[in-house]
Amino acid sequence: MNPRLTIATAGRVLAQLRRDPRTIALVLVMPCVLLWLFKEVFSAEPLVFQQLAPALLATFPLLIMFLVTSVAMVRERSGGTLERLLTTPLGKADLMLGYGLAFGALALVQGLAASGVALVLLGLDRPASVPVLLLIAVADAVLGTALGLGVSALAATEFQAVQFLPAVILPQFLLSGLITPTSSMAGWLDGVSRVMPLRYAVDGMNRLARATTVSSTVWWDLGVIAGCAVIALVVGSTTLRRTTA
Amino acid sequence: MTAIDIRQLVVRRRGNIVLDHIDLAVPVGSLTALVGPSGSGKTTLLRVLVGTQRITSGTVAVLGRPAGHPALRREIGYTTQVASVYADLTALANIRYHAAMHGAGRAAALDALARVDLAEYADRLVRNLSGGQVNRVSLACALVGRPRLLLLDEPTVGLDPVLRRDLWALFRAEAHEHGTTLVVSSHVLDEAARCDRLLLLRAGHLIADDTPAGLLDATGAADLDDAFLNLVTDAEVPA
Repeated sequence: MNPRLTIATAGRVLAQLRRDPRTIALVLVMPCVLLWLFKEVFSAEPLVFQQLAPALLATFPLLIMFLVTSVAMVRERSGGTLERLLTTPLGKADLMLGYGLAFGALALVQGLAASGVALVLLGLDRPASVPVLLLIAVADAVLGTALGLGVSALAATEFQAVQFLPAVILPQFLLSGLITPTSSMAGWLDGVSRVMPLRYAVDGMNRLARATTVSSTVWWDLGVIAGCAVIALVVGSTTLRRTTA
Repeated sequence: MTAIDIRQLVVRRRGNIVLDHIDLAVPVGSLTALVGPSGSGKTTLLRVLVGTQRITSGTVAVLGRPAGHPALRREIGYTTQVASVYADLTALANIRYHAAMHGAGRAAALDALARVDLAEYADRLVRNLSGGQVNRVSLACALVGRPRLLLLDEPTVGLDPVLRRDLWALFRAEAHEHGTTLVVSSHVLDEAARCDRLLLLRAGHLIADDTPAGLLDATGAADLDDAFLNLVTDAEVPA
């Protein structure tokens, strides 16, 4: 691993992103619009928005970064640029962390936009700590990036990569406690949901929203998300092969 | 001194023999053309040298180390047949990324761009360049690290005759003035006349390893195209 190469890779990924204003706009604007839509849908029951908006702030970064990264990485694999990169002094960790850094930065901007809109324009109650809320969003985004990198190894085309979204993200979404509390699910599902990282992001956001101080459970949730992101990055980097048959 | 030393190299892929008992030595500072019909194993041989192709048996030494050794990643510049560059970056940004991997900066990237005659396209997005220009951006990415060994897979495909001539002049200069070793694959024999050594591959067999002049003498052919046709039709290829 070489920090200079990690930074160069992050810079390259961001430069590619900069050439794609439509994607940037979608990534930044879509969550805000969806939050607003959500508030309007439940306009008769404002409490529902207060209850679910924090969990949505945890879900968007995972969802969007997963999608963006898996497609970007399938492109690297099928376009031959990945094979070429692996013949250069660039380390596998440099590549993974470079992507993680670049999309983590994008996630930070997205988190600022979405939570800003939710708090200022849509009247979401102030959480215990806005910086910790952003921290969870960024960790969640890096997790999405890491999962996307791993899944890209299983997808031969960009078309297939998109199909992995319902397979990898939707079950987490259902079991995260966002739709219904995990305690009211079938007993065995609670066990399954404990190994789903999104559960911890949703739990952390909910605790931040409903308390005035940052509890130790929130830090634990954040630690689990970060740990899962690291594991997913390590597993993902094993899918980068320097030699093939 | 030899830059490449291959002994009894065999590569099988899904039960098929792709390269069959290749023996080969390439001296440092030489320009070698690797020629053969499509599917003859040219790309596989280059991938063996760069270390991305798993081999079945034999030994492959590159710059005194086994092929694929991590230290070789700093010493080898490689271009694939399909230009592997980022279409959504400018020409210069692509080359600067590769420059960064070798600790070089903007000046080195601009120099590499000038060497492939694309200086005025530095800020053009790769997706807006022509096929031949994209190939040259890919080539500049390989040149920018000033590698000791350049492995180029069909770098002149889709280029007009003038550009082909200029690129082969560049390859010769890299070899004879900078001491770089080059192995350049091509299916155009006419180009191969401009190299020091010719390797002819057919169906995974090395059927000739000679200078262009030596090949003409040995086959008694009037030009390289005839020499190649003679060799290809004469060669006994075991099933």
